[in-house]
Amino acid sequence: MAGGAADAFDEVPLRELIPAVIGVLVRRGADFATAEDAVQDALVEAVRTFGETGAPRDPKGWLVTVAWRRFLDVVRSDTSRRRRELVVDAEPGAGTTEVADDTLQIFFLCAHPSLTPASAVALTLRAVAGLTTRQIAGAYLVPEATMAQRISRAKRTVSGDSFDRPGDLDTVRRVLYLVFNEGYTGDVDLAAEAIRLTRQLAALSSGEGGNPETDGLLALMLLHQARRPTRTRADGALVPLAEQDRTLWDTALVEEGVTILQSALARERRGEFQLQAAIAALHADAPTAAETDWVQVVQWYDELLALTGSPVVRLNRAVAVGEADGARAGLAALAEVDPGLPRHRAVEAYLHEKDGDLAAAARLYAEAARLAPSVAERTHLTRQAARLHADGA
Amino acid sequence: MPKYLILKHYRGTPATVNDVPMDRWTPDEVDAHMQFMADFGRRLEETGEYVDGQALSPEGAFVRYDGPGRPPVTDGPFAETKDLIAGWYVVDVDSWDRAVELAGELSAAPGAGGKPIHEWLEVRPFYAVPSATDE
Repeated sequence: MAGGAADAFDEVPLRELIPAVIGVLVRRGADFATAEDAVQDALVEAVRTFGETGAPRDPKGWLVTVAWRRFLDVVRSDTSRRRRELVVDAEPGAGTTEVADDTLQIFFLCAHPSLTPASAVALTLRAVAGLTTRQIAGAYLVPEATMAQRISRAKRTVSGDSFDRPGDLDTVRRVLYLVFNEGYTGDVDLAAEAIRLTRQLAALSSGEGGNPETDGLLALMLLHQARRPTRTRADGALVPLAEQDRTLWDTALVEEGVTILQSALARERRGEFQLQAAIAALHADAPTAAETDWVQVVQWYDELLALTGSPVVRLNRAVAVGEADGARAGLAALAEVDPGLPRHRAVEAYLHEKDGDLAAAARLYAEAARLAPSVAERTHLTRQAARLHADGA
Repeated sequence: MPKYLILKHYRGTPATVNDVPMDRWTPDEVDAHMQFMADFGRRLEETGEYVDGQALSPEGAFVRYDGPGRPPVTDGPFAETKDLIAGWYVVDVDSWDRAVELAGELSAAPGAGGKPIHEWLEVRPFYAVPSATDE
């Protein structure tokens, strides 16, 4: 940690310690909700102090000490909570509780199945990622008080849960993918944060030869992240995959993603994130959209569809079929897809244009624009309709 | 400072001078329009007058209570004849005149042929919070 007084202090390594520090407090008998608040306070103090003096040799020990002191202050000032007083009076001895790393347990707790996705995301960003409530509220464009309430309700929901109960990696991965997809509103880069947490999660399970599906999720995120600078223009307009400047894709991220994916697939326990990553890897590998191995893309979609039965996969598969076997085949595949699905009309428009029916395509693009889920997408689709009309459609 | 809502409609306002739907513009005209809108928002922030800006999808429905133990009644999609809000700015400005001036600028956003749309925008004052000296 190069934390001289004048340098900008990098708080990420500190935030990485947050779940482990919460774990220590909980092992000592603190309840999760109060422990989490105490650790947040300690983090804020650490960032302030270390920014001036540089980080101590043992930042985790520092955080534990300050957080525990803070926890005791809170509990002692709250005399009505007698049960906690009893816990506190039995001062901990430094023993196995200090050595055990409960980071994974905190991941599980924050993605607890009894939480709604929005609550699980918020709690994960606070107790696992160590972000402040203000930062999380800013990222999700809600008032800070709203986010504070969401987090404290979530903490209450999971507070009674034992640490030793085995958790569900599936729900953790889904929560991390939700964070990743939220993208980049506000001051916090949630995509980068999701990648950091997924790396941490993958490292935690590397002991048993790794978890292929967690690695698959990491690979998927890295492969998407590699294309990120080319997905929007400076004015915020969307750039479709076929038109992205592939020379600007981050080759280091692509390479890392592909390496992680290959080792995951080799373990022969395929899951949906590995399959999605395999498709993303084929795109990343192609010098142009036309040179993409669309036949193989369709094969991965077939496998993904067999595994998930997801209507969205079916829709994306129709696009790939259109590229591999022609627009008519794509439209036939689209006929199997629920027309009420978001982006159905946009895919239909694209396939009709490819098939040469420009009038139908223009009409469908305009309709898709009306149904678009974001202004950026609406503008993009309107522009497509405008382009076809300008060409005489 | 008083706050005003500058309200934009998909439909329901008097016809505009340059009344061509956006998908009948050229792609460059669409880009120019979006650039104008982005610049307008940025300028409001720079002058310290911006409070909020949101855009609404034309989708949705009317909803009402239908008695105890019954699910709410929905009525939608919206009839083609209905007034339909598209989005808004909330501005915090010195005067009504300034709010009108801003709405006028916004209404000059370029449309088909690169010419101003002359779109009708609604400007509505927020009720004020009683001041410390009101009694």
